[in-house]
Amino acid sequence: MYPAAFEYLEPASLQQAVEFLGERGEDARILAGGQSLVPLMKLRLARPKYLIDLNRVAGLDHIEVRDGSLVLGALARHADIESSPIVRRTIPLLPQALRRLGDCQVRNLGSVGGAVVEADPAGDWGPLILALNARIKCLGPRGEREIEAGDFFTFAYSTALQADELVREIVIPIPNQPVLGEYVKLERIAGDFAVASVALQADIDSDGICRDVGIGLAGAGACPLKAIEAENLLRGSRLSPELIERAGRELEARANPISDLRGSAEYKKEVLRVIFARAMEQIIARRS
Amino acid sequence: MLKEISVKVNGVEHVAKVEPRTLLIHMLRDQLGLTGAHIGCVVGKCGACTVLWQGRAVKSCLVFAVQTRGTEITTIEGLAQNGGLHPIQQAFWDADAAECGYCTPGMIMAAYALLSKNPLPTESDIKQAIAGNLCRCTGYRNIVEAIKKAADRITGENTRA
Repeated sequence: MYPAAFEYLEPASLQQAVEFLGERGEDARILAGGQSLVPLMKLRLARPKYLIDLNRVAGLDHIEVRDGSLVLGALARHADIESSPIVRRTIPLLPQALRRLGDCQVRNLGSVGGAVVEADPAGDWGPLILALNARIKCLGPRGEREIEAGDFFTFAYSTALQADELVREIVIPIPNQPVLGEYVKLERIAGDFAVASVALQADIDSDGICRDVGIGLAGAGACPLKAIEAENLLRGSRLSPELIERAGRELEARANPISDLRGSAEYKKEVLRVIFARAMEQIIARRS
Repeated sequence: MLKEISVKVNGVEHVAKVEPRTLLIHMLRDQLGLTGAHIGCVVGKCGACTVLWQGRAVKSCLVFAVQTRGTEITTIEGLAQNGGLHPIQQAFWDADAAECGYCTPGMIMAAYALLSKNPLPTESDIKQAIAGNLCRCTGYRNIVEAIKKAADRITGENTRA
């Protein structure tokens, strides 16, 4: 009900935040939107000795285009990303998908940085950054580094970040051609995490050839999964019902979901195949 | 390890002494006597604690009081003007949108946030806006109708269905 007592630290700058984190490592947690961390602290599943509040640190909540990429500051709120005209213009998958994340209150405070670091197997941002081939820029006492989305998730709720590193930005390449995005999420109740979800970004030319595609999955295992084999099947080929069916079966075969209260592994595998087909159908319908 | 913070609630400056771990909901209820925001769950799911923070609907059980220093909060107590109900409150009354009343302040604050940004919401917009507020009594129908009614009255036009 009440979190365990902690010391509250307010860094004046990103540099100071990194210093605080460097000094305290495992004993400290970063406070961003708090929409995942605070419930954990109230249940006392997380008992950090120090909370480092990033909410008033300047230069972390930007949503901008830089060098051909959409750059999201770690503290950019889901609601602001969803409603940003820049995002709508460059990565149409995002506004559509973010409407399905949590609820209004969660989206008003929750941040993209917090969401990717929480690394929920059933979270919405995992599939999105995988489908979008994003890069995560991290900062620590040893300096800045970039981690590809595909290398970011290591296990359920675990990432490749060291204990003294924080996420600074998420960099999403803007496709050269106009693309379509589709996010299909099966959830048992509104605002819940997914039973399973599929994030799809596709560049389909006027002859129906899939020039490029990115597919990210939630509920497909301990980590969000990039459906690399399904992508390879589709890339460069003309989209036909048979090809899409084959890609769906490939995707289903590679998924290794965890049975939990949202569904059995067998159920989630089937769901993934079905909602992948639905996402492809919807993208193709919108192309015509 | 008490910190003294100054925060504006419903237009009035308050000074409160809080621990870092004191949640906004507890500061509002226990220290400022504003018991309109309710505690319904531990885990930030029910929305009964919904208030506006810097104009945004938030679950006050997921915000530490210290985070709000120097900022503005609006609670249900801040809606009525000159002793009269806010149109949203009046619409809830007229539409029979409250049974036990536990979710009601949170629902009204979520509706207030919606109508501030989207004065003519569709039914789908309304349902999206209250997706973070659980009600165990009403089945939501009258709540949705109340918000439509409030939107009509506030803008003085008919809401598109």
